[in-house]
Amino acid sequence: MTARLTPGAPQPAPAIRARDLTRRFGSFVAVDHLTFDVGAGEVFGFLGANGAGKTTAIRMLTGLLAPSGGTATVAGHDVLAEAERVKRAIGYMSQRFSLYEDLTVRENITLYGGIYDLRDREIRERTDRMLARLGLERQADDMVRAIPLGWRQKLAFSVALLHEPRIVFLDEPTSGVDPITRRQFWELIYEAAAAGTTVLVTTHYMDEAEYCDRISIMVSGMIGALGTPGELKREFGVPSIDDLFVRLARPS
Amino acid sequence: MSVAVVADGLEKRFGATIALAGVSFRVDAGELFGFVGPDGGGKTTLFRILATLMIPDAGRAQVLGADVVRDLWRLRPRVGYMPGRFSLYPDLSVRENLEFFASVFGTTIDRERSRIAPIYSQLEPFADRRAGALSGGMKQKLALCCALVHRPDILFLDEPTTGVDAVSRREFWDLLGTLKKGGMTVVVSTPYMDEATRCDRVALVQRGRLLATDTPHRIAASFDRPLVAVHVDDRYHALLTLRQSPHARAVYPFGESLRYADARGDVSIDAVVGEVSAFLASHGFAHVRVEPATPTVEDVFIARMGAPDAEAA
Repeated sequence: MTARLTPGAPQPAPAIRARDLTRRFGSFVAVDHLTFDVGAGEVFGFLGANGAGKTTAIRMLTGLLAPSGGTATVAGHDVLAEAERVKRAIGYMSQRFSLYEDLTVRENITLYGGIYDLRDREIRERTDRMLARLGLERQADDMVRAIPLGWRQKLAFSVALLHEPRIVFLDEPTSGVDPITRRQFWELIYEAAAAGTTVLVTTHYMDEAEYCDRISIMVSGMIGALGTPGELKREFGVPSIDDLFVRLARPS
Repeated sequence: MSVAVVADGLEKRFGATIALAGVSFRVDAGELFGFVGPDGGGKTTLFRILATLMIPDAGRAQVLGADVVRDLWRLRPRVGYMPGRFSLYPDLSVRENLEFFASVFGTTIDRERSRIAPIYSQLEPFADRRAGALSGGMKQKLALCCALVHRPDILFLDEPTTGVDAVSRREFWDLLGTLKKGGMTVVVSTPYMDEATRCDRVALVQRGRLLATDTPHRIAASFDRPLVAVHVDDRYHALLTLRQSPHARAVYPFGESLRYADARGDVSIDAVVGEVSAFLASHGFAHVRVEPATPTVEDVFIARMGAPDAEAA
């Protein structure tokens, strides 16, 4: 499911490539020379305490905020010079806002299909396929606000993948949902990654950090740790990512 | 031991939605009691009723010996309530918010200083900052401080740590421990299963009902099927494969490993370890390590809700 490479094989271009990516707000440096790659098809956990700079970094990587310095390419496009092409190449879902609650399930899908310039026939076909896969056929004409949060999150994820983006950004997608739905959500992530989609995900659930191929932990705008969960636990001599997170975020 | 909360058959519906379907429990004075369950399970409705802000359709509840409906005005000053949504004034400073909540209950920050000291001391460096400009963790500490400033005898905290990072969550629970040591009764709700272990007792909430109420230790120990942890490189495909094994009751990711719960009650854990290892080996998985797992509250929650792969969606 990952893009782990055999030595000597030609390296495909990384899905995300950041070099000294920096953002200042006045005298405050929110993101400080961020350098990392995310490989194609990788599930990458982007962790950090509140205020560590994750959101600012994601806004730059999704073409919504211009960097103050450094460069980044996403799906091969420069986030500053080609911000519009970046936006077309990615999907985005956040816990806070993803779907219009006053539109039906079908209307939401149609709206996003239209925004991404899909043809009517494509939208119809993909809508039917999505509803069948999620088991939501009978709710197709219900208002989104009327369906349970867990289903809404799974629908939002599928809508973020509707235009078949190469990379999807998930910002706290499982906040507040039950342990079963959280796991079902992660199976959707694995499935997308197995099909070649790159996933960058943030979470406050440290057990979910262990589900990622690799993770980074941001501390004060910089990367404090980067690697597979197993590597990081060995390197820092901690039993869990939760313990590593606490140690990095609150150095005593 | 005296009783802080008694609820008997609480029901509440909103149109066709049943928020509470007959909820009964009791909380002892001085207890740290947790309601653990997902959003939409009914926790917020329950907290609003207990905090005298909503009237149940049926059933009754007493808090500190007072009926939450009939004795509302007598009860309200004795209750501290922290709603799930951030509900302080974002344009007021930390100090102004606290002064406001103190004055509503006819007191002042100075008079209550000793009471709120453990929390206020962490906020004081930011006393002049706008509440809206605080980090998630600090906002929650300020909200807790505002809920405490009128010296309540019981605290109801509705999901105080949702959306807060893992470190701030730990710090917040440390504060709750301090309050409990001071004799405060604390009733708290959370979607995080790992926080259940920090409570004296917990109730598992799902769709307006309590699935279980007991100490976290006894709830975890109530798991009644063999449970093993599976360490394997390709977790996703191992997960899909293991679900096809003849006696699988539930297979799900759990931190760095997979959990496999067996459907049989009358088989030894060693036999299950052997069978699961052999099954994965026969399907071509290498580097497999299977070992007995100690059930947690989260395993019990998953088992009682229905196995992940058995549920429709």
